[in-house]
Amino acid sequence: MTDNNIERPEGRVVPARVVGTPPAAGPSLGEEPVHAPPGDPGVVEQDPAAARRAERVVALLFTIAFLAGAGFIASYVTFQVGDIDSTATSNFALGGTLTLALLSLAIGITVWVRQIMPKYNLVQERHAMVSDPETREYVKETFLQGANESGFVKHGLLRRTLLLAAAPLGLAPLVLLKDLGPLPGTVLRHTVWGKPTENGKPRRLVVEGTGQPIRAADFNSPGGILSVVPEGYEHDLNELAKATLILLKLRQEEFKSGTNLNWTHDGIVAYSKICTHVGCPAALYEQTTHHILCPCHQSTFDAADGAKVIFGPAARPLPQLPIGIDDEGYLIAKSDFHVPVGPSFWERGDAEAEARETKS
Amino acid sequence: MNAPPKAIAGTSTFLDERLGAGSFLKRNLRKIFPDHWSFLLGEIALYSFIILLLTGTFLTFWFKPGMGHTTYLGSYAPLYGVQMSEAYASTLHITFDVRGGLLIRQMHHWAALLFVAGMMVHMLRVFFTGAYRKPRELNWLIGVLLLSLALVEGLTGYSLPDDLLSGAGLRITQGVALSIPIVGTYISFFLFGGEYPGHDVISRFYSLHILLIPGILLALISAHMILMWVQKHTQMPGKGRTESNVVGAPFYPAFMAKAGAFFLFTFGVIALLGTFAQINPVWLYGPYTPADISAGSQPDFYMGFLEGSLRLMPAWEFNLFGYTFAMSVLIPALVPLGIVMTGLALYPFLEQWVTGDRREHHVCDRPRNNPHRTAIGMAGITFYGVLWLLGANDEISSTFHISLYTTTILGRIAIFVGPAIAYFVAYRICIGLQRKDAEVLSHGVESGVIKRMPNGQYIEVHTPPAEDIAAHIRGKKEIPIIEGGVDGEEVPPKGLRSGVGRLRAKMSKAYGTDHVPFHEEEVEEHAAVGAGEHKQLH
Ligand code: FES
Repeated sequence: MTDNNIERPEGRVVPARVVGTPPAAGPSLGEEPVHAPPGDPGVVEQDPAAARRAERVVALLFTIAFLAGAGFIASYVTFQVGDIDSTATSNFALGGTLTLALLSLAIGITVWVRQIMPKYNLVQERHAMVSDPETREYVKETFLQGANESGFVKHGLLRRTLLLAAAPLGLAPLVLLKDLGPLPGTVLRHTVWGKPTENGKPRRLVVEGTGQPIRAADFNSPGGILSVVPEGYEHDLNELAKATLILLKLRQEEFKSGTNLNWTHDGIVAYSKICTHVGCPAALYEQTTHHILCPCHQSTFDAADGAKVIFGPAARPLPQLPIGIDDEGYLIAKSDFHVPVGPSFWERGDAEAEARETKS
Repeated sequence: MNAPPKAIAGTSTFLDERLGAGSFLKRNLRKIFPDHWSFLLGEIALYSFIILLLTGTFLTFWFKPGMGHTTYLGSYAPLYGVQMSEAYASTLHITFDVRGGLLIRQMHHWAALLFVAGMMVHMLRVFFTGAYRKPRELNWLIGVLLLSLALVEGLTGYSLPDDLLSGAGLRITQGVALSIPIVGTYISFFLFGGEYPGHDVISRFYSLHILLIPGILLALISAHMILMWVQKHTQMPGKGRTESNVVGAPFYPAFMAKAGAFFLFTFGVIALLGTFAQINPVWLYGPYTPADISAGSQPDFYMGFLEGSLRLMPAWEFNLFGYTFAMSVLIPALVPLGIVMTGLALYPFLEQWVTGDRREHHVCDRPRNNPHRTAIGMAGITFYGVLWLLGANDEISSTFHISLYTTTILGRIAIFVGPAIAYFVAYRICIGLQRKDAEVLSHGVESGVIKRMPNGQYIEVHTPPAEDIAAHIRGKKEIPIIEGGVDGEEVPPKGLRSGVGRLRAKMSKAYGTDHVPFHEEEVEEHAAVGAGEHKQLH
């Protein structure tokens, strides 16, 4: 069918007629040519010989698309997935054939448009968007007439009670959202480190991942670092988001005034791992400088000096957890953090100052 | 072909008798669309969106938006038996146990990147050519809204697989939400159904990501298209092109076929990327835990500028009346985004206010012909670009062996100095290009023909520029300046006597003054040379 078009160029001089010209009882669709009557200088026909050459190129591309499309289906049937390698093979086969099919189709159509369809330089008038004054006047009159007819203007009581009726209904959807979450309360201020375990003992520090408790005597190489979570909450993500620690061993003489030595045990110090900027785990540690680095926005904390900020956007040190050992020699939390951990929030206030006050 | 085939004629009669489609088609089948390569940029975004809908629907057939714990028992061996959320497990299932799943997932991700990138370059094109001017301000606003929504759509989608990397993005989002004064904690608790990360956020993001936001996007994109259709596309200045016409190819058949081809190109390129360019290999990251992070985490490119501004900000936080103002989070999270989005939304109206220009514009400006606008745009790009680069400062630091902190400090300076320099340079370049145009019009172009004068002197013959090039150049339009006796000659009109009014008059003068008016003289045309080469110029 499309071939006919090319064989008979006169059919394309007035493309508007192609769909339009109706059978006797047909619709009025395109009864008159919309634009570009025959011989319009805005429609420049392609040289028929060149068009025929282009047709062969297009046909070749469409055939490639056909073959690639068939190849896609064949690949789906042939290649199974499962492990990394077979998935990769299947991915390449499916994606490669799909790409080939789509691109050859695309190039084919482009050649068709550029080398078989005429070159167009048609002109169409624009009209200002604004309506003419009479129309505007008419609409205005109609609006006023309708407003008056409705009685909305005259009957004030009607108007006011309607607005009144709308108000609570408008609020209802917002009220419905209340149960999206519980109110914050003070949960952001506490972690499970302050809660004793079921049998009333202080909570042990365990290694993240393995869940092994840590014997202070075994964690003895200065420069060592561990990621630590609370015993019993190894898989509770809500608690991990607040209670995860970074446990470091330094030489006693390396500590500066920022670190509370009473809260360390034999050079072992525990800081919150949750960055005080916006809460990423501050996971990187540089042994030589004792710098803890948060990979998210590169806040840097000095582990030897109470994890105070030495660079970056974080505004507060990583809170230190008071630790000690139990009778079996395992590291435990002596109490909860004295200040809320993690990112700042509105109700937090100057928790550091409060903590200092309660101590003195 | 002299009569449409039965099938088509029958169907159109059926439709016309029920819908009156005939008169609509009569008006629109041969609607004219002007041609210019830059008009295709928006189409990239449009087609990417369609591909996003298709690939996204495919993904929903297997994805389970749940945060309940399961043990992974699928075919990816390294994670066999590992505890993870249903969301992550089903993402692995799509990747390794569904044929074509990996391909479609990667295509979805690439299409998302192309969607946002396409919108951005399209928006820049519209900005620099002034195509947002009356009567298209509403469509511009829809565009700004689309871009903002696309960012949210991207953010929610990025979080769904619940892998370690996406979790880091979510954590940052939550930390930013917490910092908002008064309501921050409530926003966070309502979004996450309690404490972070809770058990609800994935399913909530899922319904936002696959229903609410795409629904709004679809509605706005349709409105965007309809407005473009009704107002007709702008065109570049050129021969025969005026404010009251549109010159180009008809919708049927040429534009339709071209658009179809371009859709297939976009689709093909996305398929190509999805096949050969690995993106977001979630199986390598492992399941999310708030206790861990993979080093060198990078967000998708469109979030990079927010990441950069968070990194750039020096520490600043204070307490007042027992409440915390986390400025080092608030400022970088809200200010740059606010400046960029508000600036974009308001620009058409600010420009109108400054120039007092209330005319309709359908012929695009060449960027050089409105130097201040172009300079402002370049300053904006630089501002965004510095933040964006800083979002990858760890990569920059390790690639170029600069200390990490140096990159941050340089960034802190560049964010202020960069835009100023960009403004100045862009302005000078525009003026320079205008001079060149003026020269072409007044002295013609060098013909390459050397002529020996009777007195023995050699000169190069100049010929007038080709007709369409000249028309393109002459398309420069004067920028109106509001009447205001700034020079003190007359009493300024009432509105301009106040301080703001005087400022407005001053800005108007600066914005509109044409420093390189054209003086066209008859260029001596040498018979032997003829009228320059005829170049195709749109
Ligand atoms: S979250 Fe640690 S620096 Fe931003």
